[in-house]
Amino acid sequence: MSLGGEWYLILAAILFTIGAFGLLVRRNILVMFMCVELMLNAVNLSFVTFARMLNDIGGQVVVFFVLVVAAAEVVVGLGIIVAIFRRRAGATADDLHILKG
Amino acid sequence: MGTLDYAWLIPALPLAGFVVLVVAGRKLGEPLAGWLATTAVGASFLTVLVMFAKVVSMPADSRHVVVTMFDWIPVGGLNVHAALLLDPLSITMALFVTGVATLIHLYSIGYMHGDERFSKFFIYLNLFVFSMLVLVLADNFLLSFLGWEGVGACSYFLISFWFTRSSAAVAGKKAFVTNRVGDFGFMIAMFLMFGAVGSLNYIGPAGVLTNAGKIPEVTATAIVLMLFVGAAGKSAQLPLYVWLPDAMEGPTPVSALIHAATMVTAGVYLLCRVSPIIAAASGTATWVIAVIGAVTALFAATIACAQDDIKKVLAYSTISQLGYMVLAVGSGAYVAAIFHMITHAFFKALLFLGAGSVIHGMHDEQDMKRMGALRLWMPITWVTFLVGWLAISGFPPLSGFWSKDEILAGAWSKNPGLWAVGLVTALLTAYYMSRQVFLVFYGEERWRHRAAETSDAHVDDHAEHAEPHESPLVMTLPLIVLAVAAFVGGVINLPLFGRTLFLEHWLEPSLAHVEAATLTSGAKIGLGALATIAGLAGLAIAYVTWYRRRPEENAGLEPLVLRRAWYVDAGLAAFVSGPGRMVANWCAYVLDKRVVDGAVNGLGTLVRNGGAQLRRLQTGYVRNYALGLAAGVVLLLAWTLVRVGL
Amino acid sequence: MLAFSVFGATPVDFLTFVIAAAIVLAGAFGVVFSRNPVHSALSLVMTLFGVAVLFVEQHADFLAAVQVIVYAGAIVVLFLFVIMLLGVDREENVDVEPLGPVQRWAGLLIPLVGLFLLLFLAGVRDWATGTPSARGAASGSAAGGAPNVDLLGRSLFTGFLLPFEVTAVLLVIAVVGAVVLARRPPRAEQAEMLAEQRALDEQLAKERDAELVAEHLEGRS
Repeated sequence: MSLGGEWYLILAAILFTIGAFGLLVRRNILVMFMCVELMLNAVNLSFVTFARMLNDIGGQVVVFFVLVVAAAEVVVGLGIIVAIFRRRAGATADDLHILKG
Repeated sequence: MGTLDYAWLIPALPLAGFVVLVVAGRKLGEPLAGWLATTAVGASFLTVLVMFAKVVSMPADSRHVVVTMFDWIPVGGLNVHAALLLDPLSITMALFVTGVATLIHLYSIGYMHGDERFSKFFIYLNLFVFSMLVLVLADNFLLSFLGWEGVGACSYFLISFWFTRSSAAVAGKKAFVTNRVGDFGFMIAMFLMFGAVGSLNYIGPAGVLTNAGKIPEVTATAIVLMLFVGAAGKSAQLPLYVWLPDAMEGPTPVSALIHAATMVTAGVYLLCRVSPIIAAASGTATWVIAVIGAVTALFAATIACAQDDIKKVLAYSTISQLGYMVLAVGSGAYVAAIFHMITHAFFKALLFLGAGSVIHGMHDEQDMKRMGALRLWMPITWVTFLVGWLAISGFPPLSGFWSKDEILAGAWSKNPGLWAVGLVTALLTAYYMSRQVFLVFYGEERWRHRAAETSDAHVDDHAEHAEPHESPLVMTLPLIVLAVAAFVGGVINLPLFGRTLFLEHWLEPSLAHVEAATLTSGAKIGLGALATIAGLAGLAIAYVTWYRRRPEENAGLEPLVLRRAWYVDAGLAAFVSGPGRMVANWCAYVLDKRVVDGAVNGLGTLVRNGGAQLRRLQTGYVRNYALGLAAGVVLLLAWTLVRVGL
Repeated sequence: MLAFSVFGATPVDFLTFVIAAAIVLAGAFGVVFSRNPVHSALSLVMTLFGVAVLFVEQHADFLAAVQVIVYAGAIVVLFLFVIMLLGVDREENVDVEPLGPVQRWAGLLIPLVGLFLLLFLAGVRDWATGTPSARGAASGSAAGGAPNVDLLGRSLFTGFLLPFEVTAVLLVIAVVGAVVLARRPPRAEQAEMLAEQRALDEQLAKERDAELVAEHLEGRS
């Protein structure tokens, strides 16, 4: 008998919150990206939990896809970061404010 | 009914004349354009005669034929056809309109000789005749209104024909605007009629006139009063008469045709046409009409006594005579009104054309004080003018006597006070007309003195300041024809022995039957005698003052207030430029600039400032935007919670 | 409300959960609060391992493996590569918040509020609603059915075939995109880009200097 799913869901929620907090507070681009990864992981966890609670393999399939897409996203995102921040040492997210209204 | 199917030719012929002249008028040139126009109207007159003969041959109770030409406005509940109604009233109107118009067209060929816009004049004249015929022959109010507006427009064109003169242009505008005020009344009346009866046709199962008895009294009164506003505009009654004296700026044939014989009678025609509705209205309506008619008649007559311009006298005279006709309508004597309309058309057109002949002969001089003794120089004009003078003054046995007498009899039946006003007006009419005759055709040759004076003052190379000359045949022939008509015109409705009341019997099917107090023949003779005595009195006064004495001695008889027409125009101008301007300024600077513009600009400013404030949300920092996203998500969660129900 | 089935589980399960949860949370705090980005990356790895353990505990064996291999093994390594490449390993000054205190406090508050709302919402509605679908059991080894991989594979290649193929395409696109993005510009543009970069660098340097001065002054007072 496994532990009830509620625990896992609470954990996932807390993890998500920490990730959100980090995203809003940190300035370093890559750290912000990592916080996004945290949030994605929280979501994965909750999906797997639901898969178990509802006895449906579909939850795990979704996780599979999230993983793939996250990977693709990281690849492209880092590519963009590299393209923008090449040679700009110590640049942060705050330096991109040209679209100020 | 085969012949009557060709009734559409009556308005179509002048319209064709109009179109041909528009296209080829300038090429045809003088005088061919004039002859073409005259032929068109003359042919129309002949057609009317044919129709008249046909209708006369029909039994009396079937004398209302509708000739439909085409569907004009089929909109929902309103179905208006372009159709002509041939009944005694409309045929009578068409007869004298086309008859007088033909004569005046002929006259104009001579009068407008040498004018560089000769063909243009006839274009407008033909268009006018077309519009007038549409007005009188229409079988429904809307088509009539079309004609009504058409004659108003043509009046504007023709009054300001010599538009290079600013006074002419202004007069044209004044006429049009004043008419518009009247048209407003006509339109309101049409709305009321449609609301009450559901149709705008005169007769027929849904006709306004056939169903007039079913209209509630209040509505009927309102309709009548609104139509009277329209009629007051067209027929120059108080207070919408102000345009007619100024309309004398137009060429004299225009004054004769439009402002004496035809357009100004449209108002009276309309009122007679709706006699069934007047019968269904309350007594107030007829009183209003009668009183305004009587007051107008007297008012205008007083002004005519002090005018120097030969045409202005006739203009005010027209207003006065129209007042008589309106008085007749108000008294319920519709036949008298129509009778006087016809005789007035004859003698007023005659007088105007005669005045035109005088002006032409005097080389465009219009001031009567500079004329005199023209009987020696323009005999035909003189004699025909005398006929007109006697007719308008109401001397028996000319036509004017019979028609005016019938009106006075009707007025007496309505109210002796109204009759008294009419009587005084008759006296004044005789007085000012006699004054005019004496000044123009008798006395000294004052124009010779003036010519001598001016030639002393400066070198005058105007060889024309020579003697007056008689007008050519094209101009004198219509004068003669009209004089004959004015002389014997009374024949159509002589009140002798009952059988000679041709007009009355003829018009009976078209007019509402009015229970008028019948006067004994003794009373009628008495009234007639009194009227004639009044006329003679007027003539006598004029004889003493204007024939015997020199004009300069009579300054006391021409007080300034009369010369300036009771200062009505000046009063209106002061009112408009004073309070009127204040209102206009207030509207422009306060209402428009501050309120309206303020609102619009304020809206713009509001948007701009709002946008500027909102812009502060766009910091450019990604993290701020992420914060916004997070806040949005939380709000959604909260809302879901609320919806789900704690 | 919350249904605690502590006693429904074996103590081993419970303990595993607690330890794994601790690892996960520790890693998460590490990611967020480390000044050095490299430390953040390593903390992320820790979190990922913890999550993998939790996957195993939920009978998602295959996913746990994939998680370790792909996420921890590839993605985080990628992160590290970029950190090293770009030299953004300079420590971020977390004491100063150029966007004002609002950002920091709202950044703390809003996720917290969201957390509570979320938990409340889920708790009120019994956590997981919905009927177990006929798609097939998830747990393989526990319920004594087919192994987890079998189930996953079967579902993936039948019911979810189309998304599977699409993600394949997605990966290809991502690869192409990455190559294009990270390419060095052709020679002709390089000089231009150099000049542009230099100007931006100078501006950045000025801003940095101003920041340093401010820091210094604050440090003193």
